[in-house]
Amino acid sequence: MVSVSERMNALRDRGQCALIPFITAGDPNLDTTAKALQVLDRSGADLIELGVPYSDPLADGPVIQAAATRALARGVGLDDVLAMLKPLSPTLQAPIILFIYYNPILNRGIEPFLQAVVDAGVKGLVVPDLPLEEMDVLLKPAQAAGVEVTLLVAPTTPKERYEAIATKCQGFIYLVSVTGVTGIRTKIESRVQDILLDLQGVTDKPIGVGFGIAEPGQAKQVMEWGADAVIVGSAFVKRLADGEPHQSLLAVESLCRALKGAIASD
Amino acid sequence: MTITPISPSHAASQPSPSTVPDAQGRFGQFGGKYVPETLMPALTELEQALYHYRDDAEFQAEFQGLLKDYVGRATPLYFAERITEHYARPDGTGAQIYLKREDLNHTGAHKINNALGQVLLAKRMGKQRIIAETGAGQHGVATATVCARFGLDCIIYMGVHDMERQSLNVFRMRLMGAEVRPVSAGTGTLKDATSEAIRDWVTNVESTHYILGSVAGPHPYPMLVRDFQSVIGKETRQQSLAMWGGLPDILLACVGGGSNAMGLFYEFVKDASVRMIGIEAGGEGVNSEKHAATLTRGRVGVLHGAMSYLLQDHDGQVVEPYSISAGLDYPGVGPEHSYMKDAGRAEYYSVTDAEALEGFQQLSRLEGIIPALETAHAIAYLETLCPQLDGSPHIVINCSGRGDKDVQTAIKHLDLNG
Repeated sequence: MVSVSERMNALRDRGQCALIPFITAGDPNLDTTAKALQVLDRSGADLIELGVPYSDPLADGPVIQAAATRALARGVGLDDVLAMLKPLSPTLQAPIILFIYYNPILNRGIEPFLQAVVDAGVKGLVVPDLPLEEMDVLLKPAQAAGVEVTLLVAPTTPKERYEAIATKCQGFIYLVSVTGVTGIRTKIESRVQDILLDLQGVTDKPIGVGFGIAEPGQAKQVMEWGADAVIVGSAFVKRLADGEPHQSLLAVESLCRALKGAIASD
Repeated sequence: MTITPISPSHAASQPSPSTVPDAQGRFGQFGGKYVPETLMPALTELEQALYHYRDDAEFQAEFQGLLKDYVGRATPLYFAERITEHYARPDGTGAQIYLKREDLNHTGAHKINNALGQVLLAKRMGKQRIIAETGAGQHGVATATVCARFGLDCIIYMGVHDMERQSLNVFRMRLMGAEVRPVSAGTGTLKDATSEAIRDWVTNVESTHYILGSVAGPHPYPMLVRDFQSVIGKETRQQSLAMWGGLPDILLACVGGGSNAMGLFYEFVKDASVRMIGIEAGGEGVNSEKHAATLTRGRVGVLHGAMSYLLQDHDGQVVEPYSISAGLDYPGVGPEHSYMKDAGRAEYYSVTDAEALEGFQQLSRLEGIIPALETAHAIAYLETLCPQLDGSPHIVINCSGRGDKDVQTAIKHLDLNG
């Protein structure tokens, strides 16, 4: 199956901006999560980010926090998420990126964790509370295991850090578009465009923009500013949380197609 | 798989407890900066400000002046005569028990030492907006106090459960102009309030300083809070030398995040003769699921930006702690305490809610001092400690806070009629 960077680079070679939807595993339940992954995969998702529920998600706003809390209350653990994923991932076109906080990784042990995620077909990792300075412990073992680890750049990141982050980053660079936690915003800060330009000046790795993007118009804007990928999370999580699974999956499909339509070039 | 903690036998290969943290904010394997990238520049800025101002004469003059005239330092080292008599052996020997009276500080606890130091840093860093988390409300009150004193905007995050059991402190904060934001996530206690304060900081980091209240959190907080609290131990050294011509033999303090204990201990880390004992909240017993005894029962993990011992389940989810005392009701602990435990430099034990309530009453009846329920945990450990001791060692207990705030909680548990 294709890696994160292979998928990103192939799209860029074709002049396409990638769509990366995010959903929280286990909300409303793992069965619906599995169906949502299939729906996203056939509705335009180029890669999919899957959030592992965590008790103290410091980088997440109310929507994803609440989804994680509900999933944990249902008893959804890392093993359950990976067991759901294992038979499913080979059937998906989109590489799966796991979004997971560091403590569950540390708790399991880095090597056993990596073995388990590789076994489940995971291609990439985003660990939001493992910044550049703490990342070394994970980077090399992940590389050896064949999992690409994405690092984040924030609007507050000084330019002096860009190059170091870009050098260590695998798969793509995750540019956080807001100073803040995940969640739906009405407007994308225009400084994202300047940061994109600055980042492109120090790296040729693909850059994905996320946090706050919820609508096709915002996705298009970010694509036009030069992003190689657009990441949309809370808007999907919210749709999955609202209403019956059948209806929410339709809503997920419709949002995914609309976002893809907005960023697809002819 | 579980992570096996470093055993004390490895202590010899660790850096000396007096030289930590290193430049990466590590106390051995503990500490570090496990935060979203958004906060990394703010942590660097704070670290630089600390290094710059801790040796700055003008900063120190203002800080020391306010500690004296506004906080009311130095706090007394008080000989607790009747508690000492209570634990005396028939031959008249026994522990000589002293209380370091942090409860006599302005606002009634040690928390103001750190809040004052940090607000002076924030002012110099040009931050007009202050946020803080609080459990028992003592740190929230201390922060609201210094914000009122310096005219800064103040937002305090507090769990809804804690707001209920510490309503007096909620009123005090509001009276001084702070906004108290209820946090209902989780069990609505200190862990959840801290998470919410960090999210606020991630969002408003460019205008805001986060006054973290314990020796926890990402580097440089454990070092910075330790520095501002170390006045407790420095005074204790001078006072003990003046009072009995020697150092304390034993230091005793309660540990939630661990700031009052570290404030007392740090000055004596290099004095090998001084035994240090931290007391955690045993809740309904450390073999039950309802306790907050992180160092006694936790495994190495990462919470709120630092690697330390942590109460967590088999899947690495942080578990909700429990204690009768809102200020000890925390699933983590300052990384330097984890380090001192593994290095064998300090010992950590726990006492239950019921034992703490006994300590609460004992100090009230024998000394006329109503301690905070947090502090009562340290007092209660005398029951276990004193019978184990030979001779007449000098024990200094950090009387970290006064107990007025806990009267409502105590009323529910104690029948004092008759």
